[in-house]
Amino acid sequence: MTENGVVCQRGKVLTTDTMNPNVKKVEYAVRGPIVQRAVQIENELKEGVKKPFSEVIRANIGDAHAMGQRPITFFRQVVALCSYSKLLEDDKFPEDAKNRARRILQACNGGSIGAYSASQGIECVRQDVARYIERRDGGITCNPDNIYLCTGASDGIVAILKLLVSGEGRTRTGVMIPIPQYPLYSAALADLGAVQVSYYLDEDRCWALDVSELRRALVAARQHCSPRALCVINPGNPTGQVQSRQCIEDVIRFAAEEHLFLMADEVYQDNVYAEDCQFHSFKKVLYEMGPEYSDIVELVSFHSTSKCYMGECGFRGGYMEVINMDPEVKAQLTKMVSVRLCPPVPGQALLDLVVNPPQRDEPSYSTFIEERAANLRDLATKAKLAQEAFNRIPGITCNPVQGAMYCFPRISLPERAVAEAREMGQAPDMFYCMKLLEDTGICLVPGSGFGQMDGTYHFRMTILPPTDKLKIVLDKVKEFHQSFTQHYS
Amino acid sequence: MSTVAYCSFIWGSGYITARARTRTHRSLQKTEEQKRRIMSVLRKINPTLQRICICEQENLGRRAMQIARELKQGVKKPYKELVDVSIGDAHSGGIKPITFVRQVIAACIYPELLHDSTLPADVKERAWRLMRECDGGSVGSYTEECGIPYVKSSVSEFITRRDGGVPASPENVFILSGSQTALMFVLSLLVHGEGSAQTGVAFPVPTYSSFAMALDELGAEMVPYYLCEEEGWALRVEELRRAVRASGLHCTPRALYVINPSNPTGNVQSRKIIEEVIRFAAEEKLVIMADEVYQDTVHEEGIDFVSYKRVLFELGPPYSESVQLASFHSVSKGFMGECGLRSGYVELVNLDPAVMEQACKWLSAGSCSAVTGQIALNIMVDPPRPGDPSYTMYSQEVKFKKDTLTCNVRRVQEVLEDIPGFTCQAVGGGFYAFPRLHLPQRAVQRAKELGVEADLLYCTRLLEEEGVCLEAGSSLGQKEGTHHIRLCLMTSTKTLGMVLKRLKRFHLRFLKEFS
Repeated sequence: MTENGVVCQRGKVLTTDTMNPNVKKVEYAVRGPIVQRAVQIENELKEGVKKPFSEVIRANIGDAHAMGQRPITFFRQVVALCSYSKLLEDDKFPEDAKNRARRILQACNGGSIGAYSASQGIECVRQDVARYIERRDGGITCNPDNIYLCTGASDGIVAILKLLVSGEGRTRTGVMIPIPQYPLYSAALADLGAVQVSYYLDEDRCWALDVSELRRALVAARQHCSPRALCVINPGNPTGQVQSRQCIEDVIRFAAEEHLFLMADEVYQDNVYAEDCQFHSFKKVLYEMGPEYSDIVELVSFHSTSKCYMGECGFRGGYMEVINMDPEVKAQLTKMVSVRLCPPVPGQALLDLVVNPPQRDEPSYSTFIEERAANLRDLATKAKLAQEAFNRIPGITCNPVQGAMYCFPRISLPERAVAEAREMGQAPDMFYCMKLLEDTGICLVPGSGFGQMDGTYHFRMTILPPTDKLKIVLDKVKEFHQSFTQHYS
Repeated sequence: MSTVAYCSFIWGSGYITARARTRTHRSLQKTEEQKRRIMSVLRKINPTLQRICICEQENLGRRAMQIARELKQGVKKPYKELVDVSIGDAHSGGIKPITFVRQVIAACIYPELLHDSTLPADVKERAWRLMRECDGGSVGSYTEECGIPYVKSSVSEFITRRDGGVPASPENVFILSGSQTALMFVLSLLVHGEGSAQTGVAFPVPTYSSFAMALDELGAEMVPYYLCEEEGWALRVEELRRAVRASGLHCTPRALYVINPSNPTGNVQSRKIIEEVIRFAAEEKLVIMADEVYQDTVHEEGIDFVSYKRVLFELGPPYSESVQLASFHSVSKGFMGECGLRSGYVELVNLDPAVMEQACKWLSAGSCSAVTGQIALNIMVDPPRPGDPSYTMYSQEVKFKKDTLTCNVRRVQEVLEDIPGFTCQAVGGGFYAFPRLHLPQRAVQRAKELGVEADLLYCTRLLEEEGVCLEAGSSLGQKEGTHHIRLCLMTSTKTLGMVLKRLKRFHLRFLKEFS
């Protein structure tokens, strides 16, 4: 009893029992327990605790700048000019950067990046995105009204998934996602209470996507849910495969036949390294297949400022293009994005530059081209380096890293190691990665966080550390793998 | 009360169901043949999204944008420019950003500026400090999902200073993309269940429309409680009790949302009221969600903002140890006005560590909030201090905004007092005036014939005839039979002057027409 005689109930309102159960189901390996341990170790090192290594190398997350990649000068100049407009009087900035900044500021309410923009995004940026898409796709029309700017591609992906989820029990929405997958998808599906319908990429054929496997997964799923959408990540994360044009056509045909909504995550579209590979956008292929498909297949494609050669994760810039979306549904999407007010305006400004970079006749062009080429060249070199190094290690095989930013090698683990892991209640590749972290300070993400065929084990490593550091990492992984294998044989 | 029924009750005929809305889109549908071929996979979409209530105000906003475009194209209208004071966006109303904030952000984005002799030393120092906190020294890197630890520390230190020493821990601070996102984050933790187990969230009427839409989207059961206009829009605990008790029949009330200072009413809660609310929340087992984004804008002399956290702590046990509280702040309002940067925080008080852990894990699957916004947040909670090179300019800029706002508040009240058909409660704090319109019966009748609320008819006509865009009270919620308008006062004195001139002219004409 309190002073005034009111019974103050001690039990808390919000506990793990009373909270939203879907929140508890969410797992995200990329920033999960292994990263928490990595942070702990970093703190221990700072406190002077002795370890067999002097630093933790975070090869777990696709964050290029964190690993030392330099930002594109022009992009940073323009966004700085937008942020502090007095700099427009500063001689140190090139005229083309100033013109871009002025144009963006004029499109902002009150001429400030601090004002709310329209919920769908600044109109002139959406127009620029549409023109970029048209250029990329060989002239196929893009309506700016179908472009939604978002707070990174993840925000757009979650919004579309949210739109899709309905029904209960057998009619509950199922969403087909690749295994291995970028765990945002599985996390979002858990959060939304949707049914995850996994389709396996074929490791033996360079992580190929097989329509027969799609069909198998779909038929099985129809027993217990209502599959409505099919997600494809191209270039792939974590697998790095770049889909062939034929494959994309097959997927589109499948989606059309089976009435599935296509979600094409294309955030790595500039990250293609293998010489015999090329990025084909889903939209382009769809339209080139003719009206029989291009009139009816519903597709959303996603892009972002976080990857490619820019690596500007911290700006949270991105867009989605919705194609053939039912107008009633589009109205719902528009309504939903307005609840979130608007995406961050600096990210919208940055996106505008990505889709509208310096032109040949502009002062900043040559520097821009050099910087872009250097970043992509560096990534290509490291992709090859990593893949080859892993393939030379007995007990590790690695498919060619055709694109994106990661290696996803397969590791063979001795039976004793697997048994010990299971005793500890850990996935065997988590067990491996934890030991690797403790012994070498290298932070990778176990394959179990992305999904894999039963009985196989993998880890995902980014190709982002600077080349000299990457070589050290590869050597250390080799040493570790040999000693681990020996120890548990 | 079901959400659908609630919406028609509160927003009257301004409520547009998803179905009604879609009627307007029929004209966009494809040919018959194409229709047959369209897969329309998504026709069966998420039912909670369909519940999101879009008010007619959205249409008004769109029409305002159209008018702005037409004016740019040279279309002749009775006015040369559109003036939009319908939303709380300071910069779009001509208020300038704080120089220090923008200098630091620019230097962080383009570190070459650190060699620039024109930037003050404290700008450079702050930029260095912040960039050191970013992986790879770049604002282009992801940060920790709950926010940059240094910024979280600066937030918790700010909270402690603000609250006269009441301790705050960075671990309880979550930095998100604005208070709207932070509110939805906390609601997502709380809202679940179906039927009578569905989470009920008590919230004030009137309230700003995006909050109500968020409740809709997340599937929360709405539990509205009326603020008392006659008492200066006071929150009365008896009304809270009535609302929460009544709702217990069809949902499980779990949260109580308060906004102080209030949007739209401008009411600032006294310590006494806050204590009563906390006691009530303890009795009824409710988590308090205290939206305090306007905490820096208290105009009335003799009133001070006091935070829910401080009052909770000073009430002592058992309340201080058991009542769960989420308090929200943001860079969008106050004297920052940086809505477009999308940054805010929530401080979670008395939540179980296990719940916090789940919350962090959940956040980790998304991404961090934009780094530029986190920089702005750091500066908001840790601005230049006396003796710093930028302090003079900073404090002058803040004073200018404060004075502008105070002056605007006074001006609005003076002007409206003199015009028949308006009454306006005192605006103690916040960004807005929310005067009541006393409209002639004929106007109300006309609105009814047109199928809209009378204040929306008023605002629509005001927009078309005078180029002024306000928010109609019907989109914020109000007692049946009353009508209001909301104006944002955080705008230049010139803009407000224009608004009041045109509003007065229009109002007198409108009264005459319908008398």
